[in-house]
This record gives sequence, structure tokens and C-alpha cells, in this order.
Amino acid sequence: MTYDVAVLAGGLSLERDVSLRSGRRVAEALGGLGHRVTQLDLDEHLVTTLSRGGFDVVFLTLHGRAGEDGTIQGLLELLEVPYTGPDSVASALAWDKSVMKGQWRRNGLPTPDWVRVTSTAVRDMGASAALDRVLARLGEPLVVKPGQGGAALGVRLVDSADDLARALIAAFSYHDVVLAERHVAGTEVAVSVVDGEALPPVEIVPKEGAYDFVARYTHGATEFFAPARLPAAALRRCQQVALDAYALAGCRHLTRADLIVDASGTPWLLELDTCPGMTETSLLPVAAQARGWSFEELCERVVGLAVAGPSG
Amino acid sequence: MSEITLDPYVSRYATRARGMGASEIRALFAVASRPEVVSLAGGMPYTAALDYDAVAEVTDAVVREHGPSALQYGGGQGMPALRARLVEVMAAEETAAHPDDVVVTTGGQQALDLLGKLFCDPGDIVLAEGPSYVGALGAFSAYQARVLHVDMDADGLIPEAVEDRLTQVRAAGRTVKFLYTVPTHQNPAGVSLSVTRRLALAELARRHDLLVVEDNPYGLLDFKGEVRPSLRSLAPEHVVYVGTLSKIFSPGIRVGWLSAPGPIRDKLVLLKETADLCQSNLTQFVAERWLGTQPWQAQVAAFRELYRERCEAMLSEMAAELPSSCTWSVPTGGFFVWLRLPPALDAGEMLAKAIRARVAYVPGSAFHADGQGTGEVRLSFCLPPPERIREGVRRLAEVLREEVELVEAVYRGRG
Repeated sequence: MTYDVAVLAGGLSLERDVSLRSGRRVAEALGGLGHRVTQLDLDEHLVTTLSRGGFDVVFLTLHGRAGEDGTIQGLLELLEVPYTGPDSVASALAWDKSVMKGQWRRNGLPTPDWVRVTSTAVRDMGASAALDRVLARLGEPLVVKPGQGGAALGVRLVDSADDLARALIAAFSYHDVVLAERHVAGTEVAVSVVDGEALPPVEIVPKEGAYDFVARYTHGATEFFAPARLPAAALRRCQQVALDAYALAGCRHLTRADLIVDASGTPWLLELDTCPGMTETSLLPVAAQARGWSFEELCERVVGLAVAGPSG
Repeated sequence: MSEITLDPYVSRYATRARGMGASEIRALFAVASRPEVVSLAGGMPYTAALDYDAVAEVTDAVVREHGPSALQYGGGQGMPALRARLVEVMAAEETAAHPDDVVVTTGGQQALDLLGKLFCDPGDIVLAEGPSYVGALGAFSAYQARVLHVDMDADGLIPEAVEDRLTQVRAAGRTVKFLYTVPTHQNPAGVSLSVTRRLALAELARRHDLLVVEDNPYGLLDFKGEVRPSLRSLAPEHVVYVGTLSKIFSPGIRVGWLSAPGPIRDKLVLLKETADLCQSNLTQFVAERWLGTQPWQAQVAAFRELYRERCEAMLSEMAAELPSSCTWSVPTGGFFVWLRLPPALDAGEMLAKAIRARVAYVPGSAFHADGQGTGEVRLSFCLPPPERIREGVRRLAEVLREEVELVEAVYRGRG
């Protein structure tokens, strides 16, 4: 079967560049498979375009706000156009990192302890007087990250009170809610789930420093091992935690969980990405390759899931 | 277990290319190019002001009358007829040159690249204003040169500071390969070197046998039409001059040039041939005909007036809207205003917030090779129309007010 597919990429989020790279790659793959592909960016005519377009399915490669927070998903549900990835509720839930982490903790999924800091609390309630408590509770070093958003934008590793103040200011630049999170030392692993199946965990080894924006999007700045170089039991635990996170948020089609496996083999959940990157350096395509699927097969599979409908 | 290498060529790259990679700031600029965002970031000239019928006529005539040679290879030094025209452009700024001393390049940027290739071994020292043109820093660092900055103020580069740097470097047993400077309407600082200092710098170059690279993209864009003596005219044997048609005609035709002392010129021609054999003949013909048959000086005067008006819009809105703890340069020409943010603000960290508020700028650290400039910002007034500039400044002002409040709150609690 071939379909009329709209690949949605770009948008106004700070991850626009990454999204365009994902979208271009998906569009090429689907076009090569014989689908009729239209690439669309977000603009004020989008609803009209989608309503008139006669698309069988929308492939979402939007990253960041509006693309991953449930906005576009809600719109597509209203228009009754099938689309790829988790629905609007699951997307909105996973998009808010502190809400998602709270759900994990309540349901017994391991996630590093964190403190939620809002710019309102800092500006209007003198919250910065409590920063020492943040350090005391979470220990040093700790990770500061915006409460929403991906691609490691605005993420900083902090090991002093002064650093914490600077990192908060930087993270508030991206979002008014910021998470200070206990840093877990260990092996960084990403587990992609496609249609309820956990793919081989991918181990991430940046050549220098942290797996930050530069390491993520520079070819060759990071080495991947798939499957991760962990004992079989630890690999299974990673996959189980990723599946639990997928199920808990009510996801479908595809997600990617980012984890750190500590020395005892415990996989700590950091984030659940509902619109994983599809660029040449992204983790989901790497995992699919380890599973034995080419990039084209991965795209074809995801399109098939979306076309099959909610029960599919 | 399998290792997956996404860049199978990584072990082959030369050392100079290893540091080149993705950047958070560059990714943010992908949003800045959207129409919703007022971009005060890029330094793109307002080419919409050109007379397109005239450009079409010129191009048409070139192809019809000179087709075979316009579409052919050319000489490494550039078309003699164009070089003669470029000498006339330099004469408009009272700088004497001979067509034989001119080498045509792909924009001023290739001139900087060729100079880096000609003079810089890994670890060599180049002096430059702090802040300096980001494209020059990139060109020199691609040859692994080390850029040391020299202080400047409202009158441009401080000659005593140049001398101090020279003395320091030489005392350490090193040599300075050259001083790179944009003396007129500097990018990014928006200031010009005073005449007194030009004389002092020329004298210093002679006394210390210092080679100066004078980059002059904005000289003709003085709001009052004032002409300042070029360093090349003051110390021709110690100065390599870089010119470009990008700001006075079009950056799309990629025509720049070098005017250099004879021995340097000979080397540059060879390097130009190694780089790309020759400049595009087609665009050389177009440039030559534009300068030879069109009222290009009137076009420059029109650009000058247009940019003056935009600069005025930016400055008046800044004065009305920005927090009182901000200070900025007051340009007398060119494209840029250099803004110093209130204390403790970091322009790089604040960029995401600005882009969320739909305004973009370039953080000051981009114009430093040594991580300085975090509290500074380059604002350009060349591309958006005055009303958009005012809107952009208002958005930036709002971001700054919020950021000042936030930073004060964060540090207040820390005592």
C-alpha cells in the first residue's frame, strides 16, 4: 500500500533545526518507498492545508513546544487525520518533565530525586534563599534542566552553589519551570519502543564531556553501542522500564526513554520522548538498525501503525 | 554487541577540522529566520533597495555581448577591467591603488581565508580588535592561528594597547603575523578609528614593522558621507587592504578584493588559483558593468540614507525602552550597534528567552576568540524596516527587564 503522507517538520520551537533534519530524512525515506510525500512546516494556514490536503496520514517529526506537547496532536484528532506517535494526552503528560517524573515515582518506576524550581518562586517568593537546601538534598554534582523541551538545550551539570544560580538563569531562558535533578553516575542508555516492543538498548558514549547538544548533533562526537555493553539482566531491566513508561503514559506507535544505569544495574528513568529524533545521529534509527530494520523499514512500520488506526 | 560509528571518516579529519561541529546557538538561529521573529542578528544588506531592472539589463547585456568569455575560465588575479573599476571604488575613499596590485576574491571572506593561508602556521599569533568580525576569527582559526584581542573604545582600536600587546608577545619570543582591523564602522562594535589614531597606527606599523590587514566593507556607508583616510593610504607598504562590493552593491555576486604590496599580491594570486582557479567570470563582468554603466555612487548614497534612518529608529527606540543600566555604541555608519547588558546578564544564556519572545541578536562572545563578551550583544539594523526594528527593540527590552528581575532575585537570596 502507498499513501499520501504529510511530513510535518520545522515549527517555531527552539528545536526547529533538528526537526527539519528529521523531517527531511523521513520524507526521503517514504518517498523512496513510493508514498506521495508532502513536507509541511507549521504556519497559520496549517489547518486549512491539512483539511484540504486529502492526506491519509501525517508523519510528525516536530520536536519541542507545539509539536510534542499535545498541541498538534489535539488538532489532528479534531481534524480526524491519522498521525504518528502518542496521542495528545500522552504527549502532554510526557512533555512536562516534573509531572511525568511524579507519575513514575508514584508507580514505583525509578527516577532520580528532583526539585522543581519555578521562576515565579524565585522572583516573587524569594526561593533562591532555599538553593542551599536543593544542593543539600540532591548532592553535588546535580543536573539542571528546563522543565520542558529536548535536545539537551539549556541542560547544565552543576557542582557548586554559584554554578547552580547560573544554571538556573540559563535554564529559565528556555522555560519558566526548571528541574534540579540528582546526578546519577553510570551508563547512558536510550531505549526506543515501537508498537509495544522494546528495541535493543543503545549505549551513548560522548567522546568528550557530557552528551550535550554538540555531542548529540555532531557526526562522530558520540559513539553508540547497540545493544549496550551491559549484562543481559540489566538490558532486560532497561527494556522493561521503557515499556512500563510507555504503558504508564498511555503511549502508542513510538517513544524513546532516556535512562542511566548505575553501578548496581538499576536503570533510572530521566525522560520519555514522544517524538524521537530521526536525524542521522538520532537514537531511534540506531536502535532500529540494531533490531535489523533499515530506516525505511522503520518509517514504513510507523506509517502502517498510524494508518491502521487507534485500535491497530 | 556492535559499535555504531555515525561518522566513519572521523579518524581522517585534519586537526584543524576537529573542533568544528554542531552549536546550540546556530540551532537557535534556525528559528530566528522565521518571519515571526524580528532578527536583529544577521548582517545582511537590504538588497531589496536595488534597481532590479537595471541589474537585469546589466546581466542581460553581459551574457549577450560577452557570453563566450563570461562563461569561460578567467585569470587568477581577476579581470583587468574589473580591477580598474575596483580601483575607482577605492578612490572614492581617497585610497590610491593600481589595478596590478588588486586581486579579485570571492567576497571579502575569501580574502581573509587566503591571508590566513598565506601567513598563519598553527599557533601563530594574530592581533584583532576585541570584539572582532566573527568571520575573520573563523577564517584565521581554521589555520589554527591564535587570535589575541586588543582593547578598543569609542574611537576604535587603542594604538597604545596594540603596542603593549606587540611588546608582550615579542618579549615572550613570539611574533605577531599581522593585526586584523575593521577601522571604519567596525563589525560588531559600530565604532570608527579616529583620524589621530589612524596616523598613530600607521606610524606604529612602520616603527614596529607590523603588518596590518585593513578590512573595509562599510567605509562608504558613513551616514554623513564622511571619508576617513584608509590605513592603506597612510602606510601602503605595511597594509593589506580588503574591499568588497557586498555592502555597496550585492553580496550575492560574491565580489571582493585585496590590494596588497607586490610580493604579497604575487603569493595571493597563486593561492587564489589553488583555491578555485579563478573568480567567476560571469559575476566579474556583471560587477564591472554595474560599476561602469550604472550610477553606483547614487545607489551607495541611497543605501547610506536608508541605513541612517534604520539606525536612528533603533537608537531612539533603545533610548526609550532599554533598562537604564544598558549602554551602547552610537554608530556613524555601517550596520551595527554594540550593546552592553546590565551587570551579571549573560547574552548567550539569554538568547533562547529572546527567541521565545520573537527577537534575535548575536551574543557578544561570538566576536571574541577568548570567551569574553558574554555581557554584550550585537544588534544589526540593516535588514528589517524601521517599524520592525522598533518592534524588535521593544521585545528585547521586555526580555531584558524580565532577565534583570530574575537575575537580581536569584542572587539576592544568595547574599
